[in-house]
Amino acid sequence: MPPAFGKENGVNAPASRGVRCGRPPIHVGGRPSLFCREDTPTQTLVSAARHALRLLLSGDPAMFEIVWLSLRVSALAIIFAGLLGIPLGSWLGLKRFVGRRLIVALLYTGMGFPPVVVGLFVYLLLSRNGVLGSLGWPWLPHLFTPAAMVIGQVIIATPLISGFTMVAVMSVDSNLRLQLISLGATPWQATRAVLSEARVGVIVSMVAGFGSVISEVGAVMLLGGNIEGSTRVMTTAIVLETSKGNFDLALAMGMVLLALTFAVNVVVLCLQGKAFD
Amino acid sequence: MADFIYQVENLVKSYNGRQVVSVPALDVRRGEILGLVGPSGAGKSTLLRLLDFLEAPSGGRIAFAGHWFASPAEIPLTLRRRAVLVFQRPVLLSASIFENVAYGLRIRGQRDVRPLVQAVLARVGLLPLQDAPSRTLSGGELQRVALARALVVEPEVLLLDEPTANLDPAHVKAIEAIIREANEMAGTTVVIVTHNIFQARRLAQRVGLLVGGRLVEVAPTRAFFEAPQTEEASAFVRGDMIY
Repeated sequence: MPPAFGKENGVNAPASRGVRCGRPPIHVGGRPSLFCREDTPTQTLVSAARHALRLLLSGDPAMFEIVWLSLRVSALAIIFAGLLGIPLGSWLGLKRFVGRRLIVALLYTGMGFPPVVVGLFVYLLLSRNGVLGSLGWPWLPHLFTPAAMVIGQVIIATPLISGFTMVAVMSVDSNLRLQLISLGATPWQATRAVLSEARVGVIVSMVAGFGSVISEVGAVMLLGGNIEGSTRVMTTAIVLETSKGNFDLALAMGMVLLALTFAVNVVVLCLQGKAFD
Repeated sequence: MADFIYQVENLVKSYNGRQVVSVPALDVRRGEILGLVGPSGAGKSTLLRLLDFLEAPSGGRIAFAGHWFASPAEIPLTLRRRAVLVFQRPVLLSASIFENVAYGLRIRGQRDVRPLVQAVLARVGLLPLQDAPSRTLSGGELQRVALARALVVEPEVLLLDEPTANLDPAHVKAIEAIIREANEMAGTTVVIVTHNIFQARRLAQRVGLLVGGRLVEVAPTRAFFEAPQTEEASAFVRGDMIY
């Protein structure tokens, strides 16, 4: 039987969770603890890592549900953020107009915005007495749903994607456009070619945005509420399990998250290598 | 009228109040090679961009193939597509050489571009490199690709901005041969900007001298070099510094 991940009462927690250390395991909050009383911090880490690996390899369904939700929420958020951010970034990269600097400054501010503050704003908007929540629109997502988490992550990722897209578009040689027009391109054809030249940068911006929202904890905690089986994602699960002392679970999640962000960065580097070598 | 592919009337271009081109009149004959020489900063490149309708004149107008235009917005696409400018520092798409040369045909909606592209690549001697990515090219190869992507659309007018600057003599010879061939075989009108008076002498049938944005003298090549009419032209031909 797989360990019942995240069960608050711990009734179903199997005894095999505890570490064999020659005496009955200590109990924290009515469930067997992972650690022996005399464990040093290093031993703690090592045994937690061992358990984390075992958990990963055993294919715990509750854990994979959490990983799957994380992936779904963040992927959806990146798709929406891309739909908003890529046109905005392209426009800022191509056009020069009065007030552009102000927009870029706002964008850069948005890139460094603390996710938890974004979460707070969206919380205040969506809550039943909030600015939007009180309007009662049926299509508006409720707080503590995956859709609310997606909204928060879209707001976090859009400035990132549009900022990186803008830089990618601006880094295309400005003479290219004129030369293509001279070859007979219409302004629209030339614009399409310039955007296509920036495509690697745009993909990098999407991947980087994905890496940042999937590892973000503040907004999903506030907007999702870390509800088991509904809005619990990897980062909020790590926070919860760590606070409960279930380091093995927290570490297993951490490993998955690390592996994912590592994979994301490898993809980014490979793409950048293709563009710049 | 049909003799002239370009006519220029009171053409003026200024940037921030500084006049860089001021040409009251200039005719370019259909099928000729016109060399534009002059010291750097004389407005040669700007004049070329004006002739390609890439920049709006501050004043005056240009006739192309008998139709007068006072701004690039007025010229129809089909007419504008009959002139192509090869820049001094060509920028290619980050794609294969083949795709770069095919671009002009693709944007014109042409199908089956392969035979045309390969024929032009063979003319400039780059057929073996057709699948190479554009970033791997040397300076001379880059210029030849730039020339190929312009020639592939069979333009009536080829505007060249220092096509051989910073190239070694072998490349210069190759590129001049391509230009001459386009002019002789296809009847392409060529306006070539160069700071190299020997190149102008080798290629051009007529030569114009630009100094400080003004067209000081235009004459058949032989007359220009052997009996310059103006002080500036004779000084330039002698190799003196002129400003």
